Amino acid sequence: MSRPRMATRDAYGKTLVELGRKNRDIVALDADLADSTRSGWFGKEFPDRFFDVGISEENLITVAAGLAASGKIPFASTFAVFATERAFNQIRQSVALCNLNVKIVASHGGITVGEDGASHHSIFDIALMRILPNMTVVVPADAVEAILATKAIAEYHGPVYMRTGRSAVPQIFAEDYSCDGRGFDFKLGRAVTLREGSDVAIVATGLMVSEALSAADILEAEGVKARVIDAHTVKPLDVEAIGKAAKECGAVVTAEEHTVLGGLGGAVSEALAGCAPVPIEMIGVQDVFTLSGSPGALLVEYGLTSGRIVEATKKAMVRRS
Amino acid sequence: MRKAVAGQSGLKSDDHYELVKALEKKALGFRRDILEMTYAAGSGHPGGSLSAIDIITVLYLHAMRIDSKNPHWPDRDRFVLSKGHCVPALYAVLADLGFFPREELLRLRKLGCMLQGHPDMVMTPGVEMSTGSLGQGLSVSCGMALAARLDAKDYRVYCMIGDGESQEGNIWAGAMLAAHKRLSNLTGILDRNGLQIDGTTEHIMSLEPLSEKWRSFGWNVLEIDGHDISQIISALELAKETKDKPTMIVAKTVKGKGISFMENQLAYHGRALTSEEMDRAREELSRRESGA
Repeated sequence: MSRPRMATRDAYGKTLVELGRKNRDIVALDADLADSTRSGWFGKEFPDRFFDVGISEENLITVAAGLAASGKIPFASTFAVFATERAFNQIRQSVALCNLNVKIVASHGGITVGEDGASHHSIFDIALMRILPNMTVVVPADAVEAILATKAIAEYHGPVYMRTGRSAVPQIFAEDYSCDGRGFDFKLGRAVTLREGSDVAIVATGLMVSEALSAADILEAEGVKARVIDAHTVKPLDVEAIGKAAKECGAVVTAEEHTVLGGLGGAVSEALAGCAPVPIEMIGVQDVFTLSGSPGALLVEYGLTSGRIVEATKKAMVRRS
Repeated sequence: MRKAVAGQSGLKSDDHYELVKALEKKALGFRRDILEMTYAAGSGHPGGSLSAIDIITVLYLHAMRIDSKNPHWPDRDRFVLSKGHCVPALYAVLADLGFFPREELLRLRKLGCMLQGHPDMVMTPGVEMSTGSLGQGLSVSCGMALAARLDAKDYRVYCMIGDGESQEGNIWAGAMLAAHKRLSNLTGILDRNGLQIDGTTEHIMSLEPLSEKWRSFGWNVLEIDGHDISQIISALELAKETKDKPTMIVAKTVKGKGISFMENQLAYHGRALTSEEMDRAREELSRRESGA
C-alpha cells in the first residue's frame, strides 16, 4: 500500500504556529536554521516571540533556559546533530539539571539528512538525550504523530527533546490517529501497539515504524504474527507494554534510525534485562560514521529496511528456541 | 519589598556615608560566613567568593528588588551567579536575608543539605539559576531579560561572570546577543581578580584589553574598584539609567580580599582554610569588626 508522505519537521512547524496563536507564552528560538527546521514559520507570524541567536548552539540552549526560568515556554530548534552534540553540556547544566521547561525540537535527525554526510547525520542524539535525568525523549513516527507530539510536549511541563526529520516519510496514521482502522490516543510515555501478534515483537521509533509495519506484512505472508510497537517516547520508555510484548512473544527486534549503541535498542535491552530477558536483535546504524548519499540509498546501505527487520526477527526467534 | 539596609534614593551625603558603612559591616560579616562555611565543609572556593562578596552585598542589600518571603515573586530582580563556584558568597547573603535558615550554612556541601557545592535553583530558595559549568550564565540572563521585555515587566537581570570564565566562547555569544537585542535591563558584573586555577589570566590566556573588548561588542562599560562600596552603588545606578545597551561593570577585585594571607594567592582558589589559617582569619576579622 502506498501511503502519502510528509516530513515530521513540516508537521512540527505548522503545529507550533497553531499553538502560538493560543498561548502567548510560547516562544521559539533557532540558530540560523529557521528555514530548515520550520521554526521560521513561527517567526514569520510572531516576530516578537522568535529569537534567532545566530550560529551558536550554546546560545540557543542557554537563552532558552533563561526564557523558561522566567515563565516562557521556549521551543529551541536547530539540526539534531548540533543541538545535542555542540550544546550537550548546556543542555545538561542549564536545562536538565535545572528541570526547566525547555523544548528542544531538533530537525534533520538520523541519516535521512542524506547527501550532507556524516558531519550532519544525527545518530547519537537519542543516546545523548536519554541519559539525562529529567529529560523526556520523543521521536514521532510520521507527520500525524508529530502534530500530536508537538501539542503534548507543549502541555507537559519539563525538559523535552523531540527529533524531527528532513525527508518526507510515509504517513502511517490517518488524520484521526488511527492505523489500519484502529484508533489510538497519543500520550507521552505510552507506546502504541499498532499490530497484535505473539510470535515476535518489533519495537520501532521514528521512520522505522513504517518499515516495521512493512516487515510485519512480509512476515504475515509467511505465517508469522509479529506485534508492532511504536515507541514514540524513548524516555520514559513504556516498559509495561514492551515487557508484556517480550513475555508474550519471547523474542524482540528493535529498529531505529540511530546507532545501535545507547538508543532505543539500548533502552529496550536495559528494560528487558530486568523484567523479561528474551533474545533481542537490534536494527540501526552499527558503530560507524555514515557516508553521503540519497536518503533512500543510505537506508539500504545501513540496513534500515523492512527486509533487514524480517531477517532480524527470524534470528531472534531462532535464538528463543 | 526592597530589602535595603538604608534608604535607596535621595540620600544626603550623611545618609550615603551611613549606607556605605552599614554595607561594609555586612560584607565583613559575610566574609566570616564564607570562611566558616567552607572551613566546615572542608572544601569550596573561598578566594573568588571573597573577591565577589562586596558586589553581591550591594546587589542584594541595596540595589535589587527582592522579597525573601516570596522567592518566586514574578517582578523580582534576578541575579545569576555565572561563576557558580563562588556560591558561598551568595549563600551568606541569602541566609542573611532569610531565604533559608542560617544554620544551613555550616552544612554546606554535606549530603542532604540544600546548599550544594555549586548553585542549584531546584534545591535552594533564592538561587535563580543552577550554574557551575562556566560560561552559561550570561546567555541565560539574556533569556531572562528577553522574557521581561516580552511581559512588559521592569525587573532587572544581574549576572556576575568571572574573568577566567570569559575564556569560554559562550560568554561572547551571550555578549553579542545582549548588545544585538539592546538589553538595557541586563547588567553584567565582571569579577576581575586576575587569577584562574592555573595562574594569572594574563599568563594563561590573556584577556586584556578587556574593557575594550566589551565596548567593541556594543556594551556600555564601567570600570570600578570592586571592593569600594560607594563605587559599586554608583555603577549599578548608572547601569540602570543606561538606555539601549547592556552595561558591563568591570570590577577590579582581589582574590581572597580581606584576609591578608589569602589576598592574590592562587592557593585559596579551590580549598578551604586549615584550622591554623582559620584561627588567623578569625583574628583578622575580629580586629576589623572592633575597628582596630
